[in-house]
Parts: sequence; C-alpha cells; structure tokens
Amino acid sequence: MTTDTGEATMRTETPAARAGDEPPGASRSERLSALAQQHGALVTLVIAVIVASLGFDTFLTGDNLKNMALSSAFLAVVALGMTFVVVTGGIDLSVGSLFALGGVLAAWGSQYGTAVALLLPLAVCGLVGLLNGLLIARSGLAPFIVTLAAMLGARGVLLALTDEGSRTYLVDKDTFFAGLGQDSLLGVGVPVWITLVLFVLGAVVLRRTRFGQYVYAVGGNEDAAALMGAPVARTKVAVYTLSALCAGLAGALNAAWLLSGVTILGSGMELEAISAVVIGGTLLTGGFGFISGSLVGVALLKVIQNVINQIGSLDSAYQQVVSGAFLAVVVVAQTWLGRRRRVL
Amino acid sequence: MTELSLAPGAVDRDRALRLLQDYGVYGGVLALLLFNFVFTPHFASAENFRTQAVQVAPVLIVALGMALAIGTEGVDLSVGSVMALSTSLLSLYLGYGPWTATLIAVAGGVVAGLASGALVAFVGVQPIVATLASMVAARGLALVLLPQLKDVHDPGLAALGSGDVLGVPHLALIAAALALLVAFVVRRSTFGRQLLAIGDSRPAARLAGLPVRRVLVVVYVCSGALAAIAGVLATARLTASDPTSLGTLMELSAITAVVVGGTPLSGGRVRIGGTVAGAVLIQLLTTTLVKHDLPPSWTQIAQAVVIVAAVYAARERGKR
Repeated sequence: MTTDTGEATMRTETPAARAGDEPPGASRSERLSALAQQHGALVTLVIAVIVASLGFDTFLTGDNLKNMALSSAFLAVVALGMTFVVVTGGIDLSVGSLFALGGVLAAWGSQYGTAVALLLPLAVCGLVGLLNGLLIARSGLAPFIVTLAAMLGARGVLLALTDEGSRTYLVDKDTFFAGLGQDSLLGVGVPVWITLVLFVLGAVVLRRTRFGQYVYAVGGNEDAAALMGAPVARTKVAVYTLSALCAGLAGALNAAWLLSGVTILGSGMELEAISAVVIGGTLLTGGFGFISGSLVGVALLKVIQNVINQIGSLDSAYQQVVSGAFLAVVVVAQTWLGRRRRVL
Repeated sequence: MTELSLAPGAVDRDRALRLLQDYGVYGGVLALLLFNFVFTPHFASAENFRTQAVQVAPVLIVALGMALAIGTEGVDLSVGSVMALSTSLLSLYLGYGPWTATLIAVAGGVVAGLASGALVAFVGVQPIVATLASMVAARGLALVLLPQLKDVHDPGLAALGSGDVLGVPHLALIAAALALLVAFVVRRSTFGRQLLAIGDSRPAARLAGLPVRRVLVVVYVCSGALAAIAGVLATARLTASDPTSLGTLMELSAITAVVVGGTPLSGGRVRIGGTVAGAVLIQLLTTTLVKHDLPPSWTQIAQAVVIVAAVYAARERGKR
C-alpha cells in the first residue's frame, strides 16, 4: 500500500467513507479512527467548554457567549469558503487581505446605499478569486504561490485606495447596511444568523449537489476526476471564486459591525481560517472534509482565545503560541489517523 | 512615468526568459540597473550601492535557506517569524555579550527549524502546514519574550550593523559569504546531492537508500538558522528589536527571490546564483518605484505581478 497507485485508490474511496457508509470489511480500529477524525474537534470543543465554564464564572454568561458568537461569525464565513478550497486539495492564502479589502470597499460604498456596499466588495473580491482560480486551474500554477501573490496584491490595492492606509471610511449608523452588522434578531446578532444560513447552504451544496461531489472528486484524485468526466478546471475556478466571495462578504459584514473600513484588519486571518478548517477534520491533502467541522473549528479557536483572555495574567501573545501548537497537534493526529486507516 | 518604470523591466525580462531561459533574472537585474542609471538621479553613487547592499542582505540570507527548502519540494513559511524570535532572544540575552546572544538567537532558529523539520520528515505533514504552525507559534513566542519594540545599544552589534571593510558593509560581506557557502554545499557536498535527489523524487531517493528524513530535518534546521542570522543582522542594522513587525511578509520576499531566480517549486533543482540575483532584482524594483515617488502600495502590487509572472514563466520553461 505504499505505492502511489495504492494511495490514489484509497484517496478516491474517502468520499464514501465520509458519507458514513464504510466499505465492507472495515475493521473496528479503522472505523474508530474515522470517527475520531470526524468528531474529534466536537469532543474537544465540549471538553473545552466544560473546563472553561467550571474554571471561569464569566464564561457561560449570555453576554460572553453572544460576544463570542458575534466575533466568530466573520472568521466562520471565511472558513466556510476555505473549506471548499481545502477539500479540492488547494489552499487560499489571500483571504485575510480580501477580508480587509472587502471591509474598506463596503465602507466606501455604503455612502451610495446598501446595494453598492454589498455588491462592490463581492464584485472586486470575486474578480480576484476568479483570477486566482484561472491561474491555478488553467495555467497549473501552485495554489499557495498564486494566492500568496494575491494576498500581497490585494493589500496593495487596499493601501492605494486608502492613501497608504491613512484614511478610514466610515459607515453611517442609520443605514440599512449598518443594521446588517449592528442589529440583533431574537437576542442574537444579525451576522451570526447570516453565518448560520450560509453554513447550512454550504453544507447542502457540498454534500447534496453535483458541484459538491465534483469538489470531493477533484480533491480525492484529480486525474481520476478528469477521467470520470468531472469539469476539474471549472470546479477549481469556482472554489477559489467562492472563497474570495466569502472573504469579501465577511469583510463587508465586519465593516458594518465596526461601522468603518479598518485597513489593518485581516493579517493572519488566513492562518486562523486554515487552522479552523484543519481542526474541523478536513484533510489538507484534499478529498475529505465537512462544513460543520469548520464551524466547530472556529468555535474551538474562539473558546481557547476567550479562555486565554480571561486568564488576565497571560499575555495575549500566548494565544498565538497555543494556536500554533494546537494546529501542529491536530495535524499530527490527523496524519497519524489517516496513516492508520490506510495501513490497516 | 508610472508605465515607463514598470514596462521596460517586465518586457525585457520576459523576452530574456524565453531567449536565455535560466539567465532571465540576470537580464532583469541588468535592465533595471540600466534604467536606473539613465533615469534615476543620484543612483550611480557608491553610497547608494552600499545602502542597497545592506538592505538586500537579510532577504538574501533568508532566501538561501528558502532555496534549500524549495529544492526538496517543500517551503518554509516560518522564516519571518523566526527572524522575530531571533531578535527577541538577541535583545533578551544581550547582557551576556553580543556573541553569546547571537549564538542563543541562532540556536532559537535551529530549534524552530527542528520542530518544522520533524513535522515534515517524521510525521509526514505537508511542509506548508508544518511551517504555518511554526510561523504562528514562533511569532507568538517572540512577542511573549519581548512584548514591544526595544532599543538595542551594543557597540559590538552597532559595528556589525553599520561598519564596513574597504567600503563594503559587513552585512553584504556576511551575505556573500553565506551565499558562497550554501552554493558550495548544494553543488559539491554529499548533502547537497542528497537534497536534490529527494526533491526530484522522494520515493526514488528512499529506494536508493538515502537518509531522506535526516536530510529533510537538516534542510529546515538550515533554513531556521539562516533566518535567525538574518534576524540578528536586521537587528544590528536597525539598532532595535521589533518582534511585532520584523520579518513580516519576509517569507513572501524570500519565495519570490527563489522563484524569480529560476528554482522550480517542484524541487530537484536549486540555483543559488539565481536566488541572489532574484533578491537583488526585487530590491532594485522596490528602489526604482520608491525613487520615482510611487507609494508603497504600488511596490506591493508590482511584487505580486512579478511573482505570478516568474512562476508562469517557470511553468513554460518546465514544459519544453
């Protein structure tokens, strides 16, 4: 099973394993490692929440939970788009810059009405994503280098738009657009509702549509997908566009929440989003993953962040150390689980 | 003026890449030099070249390590954060004298490289992810050790940062020495041969009995150590430790230098001369744009375009 062909066969089989119907003859430990892969993040999240609520009286209060949900919403939308990209076996490093660019464009556009404030960032970010996708899918360039360049380019455009970052566009508090970030529905912020709706939509698209199956097929084995007749290039262009659109929308919502287009946002966000996706059980090698996992991953990251903030004596820089170490542990565990499943 | 400053460089380089294949990057450097000699006032002065050399040195040193990682079909995203870690350690242990502090800083880089290398070699994690994790962790650690900017007052370090030998700055000399050393290792040593073989085809290298894991770990350790040295030199030049901003986007500059220099991302080939020229090219490009009063945002956009163009050209070359 160490040969390339063996690996390729196993990887194309993973979509079947994802749906829960293991191939006959799957041993118990095989099923156990699949379960750990799927639900490990959720179990960790439950444990983290229990520990946090026992340790800090302020953790399980309505206000704290509401704030956490609201501040996770934007990262969650970015992670949603990232999940699609990672399932195809790619990576999108440009989302942090696009998030900031989307916010600035939305804040600038909000003076012309809600439609402009939402459509302008979506159009510009979508265009960048389309360009990423075309370069990756049609020209066969490595995803990380193309999106790295897009990250730099988008940040450059942002700086050019804002007098080298010195000007901050404000959003008028009384507009409908500001309401998208500021209002609450049934006690929960509107961005949280939008995020939940988007996740349900994303899960349906990935699991129940032809496009979603193509995404898994491309990630599982690109050549096999092409031979099967899946539109590999089109699928790839679509996922990078989708990821950029999600980042732009998240940026726009964030601008509505903050009432301004803050230029310094979003650096390091690509790492957070990728971490969340990976923690949620999606394999970076592609072909295996789920939308709900990314939501759990975002929640887990935010709970850890919240706990570190609550321990007053700890520097907030520890957050990065813990996040980095946590990401490493998760990746090691995943590789180990994956290898186990392949060997057994 | 905007169009003028970009177009000749880009067109020349593109044509040169097709004609000269591997020597395109040298053509680009030459074109930018010629352009600047003609159009940029005060460009052809010794003082200017000294400044350029000092500015390019840290990027160049980081790019050398990056070239090794890319040669094994990997990449090291943690280099910028390792620079920050190194500057934190340096200013923290400066009380023991500059040499001890430098050693500790480099040791920090080695440990960071060891961590990424172990993840890549022994666990089998993709290099992007493994070094992403150490990128986040190392930056955090740097900020934990030294929360904010701190001035570094040390005569030894100051001499290192701003001194020169026969008019050539120390930083440039160190960078040149390291480039020669790495070029020698890649071309003439067993380790270099093994590195290239692994980058070409890891299964084949394993079947040939090469110590694949050990070589991979050593590659990331080298990359970490070189990044740490760059961090020390950058601190010496700035006479301040700034763990928040030192080395941000350095991984991007280093990858650009390596890729523009003609080292393919698919591994199996390392071009140190091209990497040096690639770093110089980016430095010249930035200088050209800055000297013609274009804002930093334009520099970023230009750099993004150059990266994509270089990777695209490399792809064309690979096909033939």
